[in-house]
Amino acid sequence: MYWNEKYECMPRSELRALQEERLKETVARVYYEVPFYRRALQARGLGPNDIHSLEDLPKLPFTTKDDLRDNYPYGLFAVPLSEVVRLHASSGTTGKPTVVGYTRRDLDIWAEVMARALTACGATKESMIHNAYGYGLFTGGLGVHYGAERIGASVIPVSGGHTKRQIMIMKDFGSTILTCTPSYALYLAEVMEEMGISKEDLKLKGGLFGAEPWSENMRKQIESRLGLLALDIYGLSEVIGPGVAVECPEKQGLHVAEDHFLVEIIDPETGEQLPPGSYGELVVTTLTKEALPLIRYRTRDITAILPGSCPCGRTHVRIDRIKGRTDDMLVIRGVNVFPSQIEEVLFRISGTEPHYLIIVERREQLDELEVWVEVSEQVFSDEVRRLEHLEKRIRREIEDVLGISVRVKLVEPKTIERSEGKAKRVIDRRQL
Amino acid sequence: MLVKQISVFLENKCGRLASVTRVLGEHSINIRAFSIADTTDFGILRLIVNNPEEAYKVLREAGFTVSVTEVIAVKVPDRPGGLADVLELMQEAGVNIEYMYAFVEKISKDAIAVFRVENVETAVRLMQEKGIKLLSGNEVYNL
Repeated sequence: MYWNEKYECMPRSELRALQEERLKETVARVYYEVPFYRRALQARGLGPNDIHSLEDLPKLPFTTKDDLRDNYPYGLFAVPLSEVVRLHASSGTTGKPTVVGYTRRDLDIWAEVMARALTACGATKESMIHNAYGYGLFTGGLGVHYGAERIGASVIPVSGGHTKRQIMIMKDFGSTILTCTPSYALYLAEVMEEMGISKEDLKLKGGLFGAEPWSENMRKQIESRLGLLALDIYGLSEVIGPGVAVECPEKQGLHVAEDHFLVEIIDPETGEQLPPGSYGELVVTTLTKEALPLIRYRTRDITAILPGSCPCGRTHVRIDRIKGRTDDMLVIRGVNVFPSQIEEVLFRISGTEPHYLIIVERREQLDELEVWVEVSEQVFSDEVRRLEHLEKRIRREIEDVLGISVRVKLVEPKTIERSEGKAKRVIDRRQL
Repeated sequence: MLVKQISVFLENKCGRLASVTRVLGEHSINIRAFSIADTTDFGILRLIVNNPEEAYKVLREAGFTVSVTEVIAVKVPDRPGGLADVLELMQEAGVNIEYMYAFVEKISKDAIAVFRVENVETAVRLMQEKGIKLLSGNEVYNL
């Protein structure tokens, strides 16, 4: 089942022509509208009309998350703010988030790609879509929401939390499609079991799960415990949000919405393009975005473009599940966490180079973040209340920065392994 | 009239207390008194030893987080109500106690109470005005 057969199943030659035309328009537009890109293109001796085909793509400069941060908040926007109808933001390596803007047409494209994604997992206008992604600056909630409305389905904007109430709603409202992070889907299954509600009491048929890494093993569990078709969805707010790529029921990779997003895989060290089947960093160029067009945006996500065509009939290339990151970013409950954010808080509190360790665990299907902090003489006190106060302060300040709850544990010096060169700051014990 | 207390940060882990005391033993440092304050995750070991400077040095070298805190030691008659008398006098003097611990002395049959107070200099003056007998560092270290 397709949402937009014309584009989703477009013959490759036609699709390529469309991509080339849109790439040329995008390059010309950023040249004229975004000083950052004009300078970057000029530095490479490129004018607005020097890109003729997809083969010219490697001539274009990369865009990084740092570029977005350096131009915070609106420096890379290609339209006046009066044309921007929505802002979203995601956390970055420093206190400043990455801000993304959408014109009316950008929202339209986003709804379109999300409608395709939802249709792939079986949604129709008859569906009752239980959207447990968070609503707010995070793109998950509203992304699904507008896609679901585009289809004409009924959306339950339940957002995150209140798990027992969510299960009651799923049962009483007759939810047929579930959208949330994969870990939350498993948590829902567990609470359902505790409440004595079986998958037969629900009407779930399909679901889109993303915003954090997961595995085939988790898919099997989600499918058998909730009785639905579970598909992986990929996206990032810088590019548009969820809907950049989504699996089809063949479950053999995620189809990239190639009429809107051009993807490449590069060697993260050299920047060279890699052939299909090779794993490297995913790089995305937007082809239709108005407010925040991005040229060769380095996602830092590691995957491969899968060779061959898909039996589902969609012609758009597929990328494999995200295998990891080229940086040390952690995705916890859908929130991006950088160890450097925690380091900054600790530095501010202790005034010295902190020794710390971040431990991520999945307990009862939910990711938990624990930060071990070595107690230095600067912060040590012989009074329990002062140390407890310190523990609380560290916790509160980290939570303020990250926006998710953490547990802080004070540990003795030298508890945390010192290694030569880069210290090991993260232990990820999540079994995906 | 102040006594130096050694405080050591301890994780709630098997064998931590043993390793602190082993380090002290190996350096011929004798423990006069100690107490542990503990929470779910960690504990604070407080020690009165015969040679606080040396204890601080060797524990630091052994990799512990250590601090030296000045506390007040009071001789308390070892009889029912002995401690209550001292505490009442301290209350009258308006001295706020952060924590305390006590031990019985071998020879004189008196008990010794160690107090950690907020403002130690003022506390000493106020307690002396109330006639509370304070012990000097050397008196305690050499018990």
